[in-house]
Amino acid sequence: MFAKQLTVFIENRTGRLSEVLSVLKENDVNILSMSLADTTEFGLLRLIVDNAAKGKEKLTENGFSSLLSDVSIINIPHKVGSLQTLLKTIDENGVNIEYMYGLSIESDKAYVVLKASDTAKIDEIFTQNGIKTLSCDDLKNI
Amino acid sequence: MIWNETKECMSRDEMMALQSSRLVKLVDYVYHNVEYYRKKMQAVDLMPADIKSIEDITKLPFTTKDDLRENYPFGLFAVPNSEIVRIHASSGTTGKATVVGYTRYDLDIWAECVARCFAMAGISKDDIIQIAYGYGLFTGGLGAHGGAEKIGATVVPMSTGNSKKLTTMMVDFGATAIACTPSYLLHISEVLAEEGLIDKIKLKSAVCGAEPWTEKMRLEIESRLNIKAFDIYGLSEVMGPGVACDCEFHKGLHVCEDHFYPEVLNSATLTPVADGETGELAFTTLTKKGIPLIRYRTKDLTSIDHSTCDCGRTSARISRFKGRVDDMLIIRGVNVFPSQIEAALVDVEEVTPHYMMIVDRVNNLDTLEVQVEIDQKYYTDEIRKIEALTKKIAHVIQQALGINAKVKVVEPQTLVRSEGKAVHVIDKRKLY
Repeated sequence: MFAKQLTVFIENRTGRLSEVLSVLKENDVNILSMSLADTTEFGLLRLIVDNAAKGKEKLTENGFSSLLSDVSIINIPHKVGSLQTLLKTIDENGVNIEYMYGLSIESDKAYVVLKASDTAKIDEIFTQNGIKTLSCDDLKNI
Repeated sequence: MIWNETKECMSRDEMMALQSSRLVKLVDYVYHNVEYYRKKMQAVDLMPADIKSIEDITKLPFTTKDDLRENYPFGLFAVPNSEIVRIHASSGTTGKATVVGYTRYDLDIWAECVARCFAMAGISKDDIIQIAYGYGLFTGGLGAHGGAEKIGATVVPMSTGNSKKLTTMMVDFGATAIACTPSYLLHISEVLAEEGLIDKIKLKSAVCGAEPWTEKMRLEIESRLNIKAFDIYGLSEVMGPGVACDCEFHKGLHVCEDHFYPEVLNSATLTPVADGETGELAFTTLTKKGIPLIRYRTKDLTSIDHSTCDCGRTSARISRFKGRVDDMLIIRGVNVFPSQIEAALVDVEEVTPHYMMIVDRVNNLDTLEVQVEIDQKYYTDEIRKIEALTKKIAHVIQQALGINAKVKVVEPQTLVRSEGKAVHVIDKRKLY
């Protein structure tokens, strides 16, 4: 099971990030997590929102280029070594992680968002190992 | 010093008589040896016998870069390849190169003209000259080289690309002259300053060209290096560097008029303008054998002065260039047309056909940034894919233009759309 990540391409210019966020705010799209990958010239803003399709639509209307992609959101226990255990499972199955970032941390559990190099295979690995991932609907209820 | 006083200081009447007899011969020569010219003359009912003096030149049709391209590669050559001893080429507007061929006689004339220019810059057989233009298909390196050898100077064929080696040798050899692009020389002056070598050089004169530059830049070079700097002009189609050069009075560039007949034309009517008026420069190669050109339109804007110069030369002088008729840019000495970028980008399906070229001069070296937009189908959430794409585009541009460009991906819909006359170039260099 995958959740949709909303990726926005932004040039490194003052105020651009804020403009993206204001479009989402005005359209009542809630941001659950974000990661900003930056280079000297541009950045990729990766967002987990409660309604990714709506977010993309509104951003497009406002002249931003965005993309929806499948990412895995995994609930892991909030304790030492749990992330490493997850990665070990993925590594052992020969899948690369393109990027990863944290979602939200509650008192006893945490979530990580990751994009695998092989999306079909990662789903299989998670199912076989009983690792639960969140869907788009799950995100709406957070 | 005047290299060829007979030719450079002859009276205007003598010059016109010489040009007239050479033009008559040239027209007869091309009519019988180049099908392209024969057809063009026949189309306007013109026979070689109709050209009796230099004043009849206006009856002849023009030649353009497009004509050279359409006759790629050797269509305009007037001699068989057995007579051609050298080929040079410059980039064309749409990827195809503009090719020129030289007979042994042409190379001799070329060396003669460059020698005149170097002599104007005070260079003689006693000098050690570093040639720091690129050697290769570009006419700069080998053209300047031939003239420097003709003068008998000690020639150091540096070519371009290694500033450190150039400055080291400049000091160690006691080089007294240099030939390179003006922007490269400014860069060299900075390298020398950084290394604390300014006081150790013996340089006294520089002959710079292959790109437009301002009088301000010339004075800047002179004061930084405590030398005299001269402006040499040429274009590969006509010959290469050495078509014209300025003397110590810097009141325009003396054209080697006995070999290259200059006309300055009204841009609208294409008829010759009066001295001092701005127009498009055209050349007729009066003595060239390999690829003679009749009224070749350079697209450079200038004005002409036929009065005798304070240096004693009577040859016509063209002013510093005032711009271009077309959108050609000269970046690091390379001719670049925006249409070349456009053509190169068409082959890269990941980007839209829209682009913007930003030309600037950073530390006295030209820089080119090409801005592109990623096509919606190829949006990605991975940085490395975007970086791979910019690398790919830079490579495509390198292949098409022969220069390195920095490629920048910008947000969608931010580049000007080609409605009517879209501006595709921002040139921040202020060269004219």
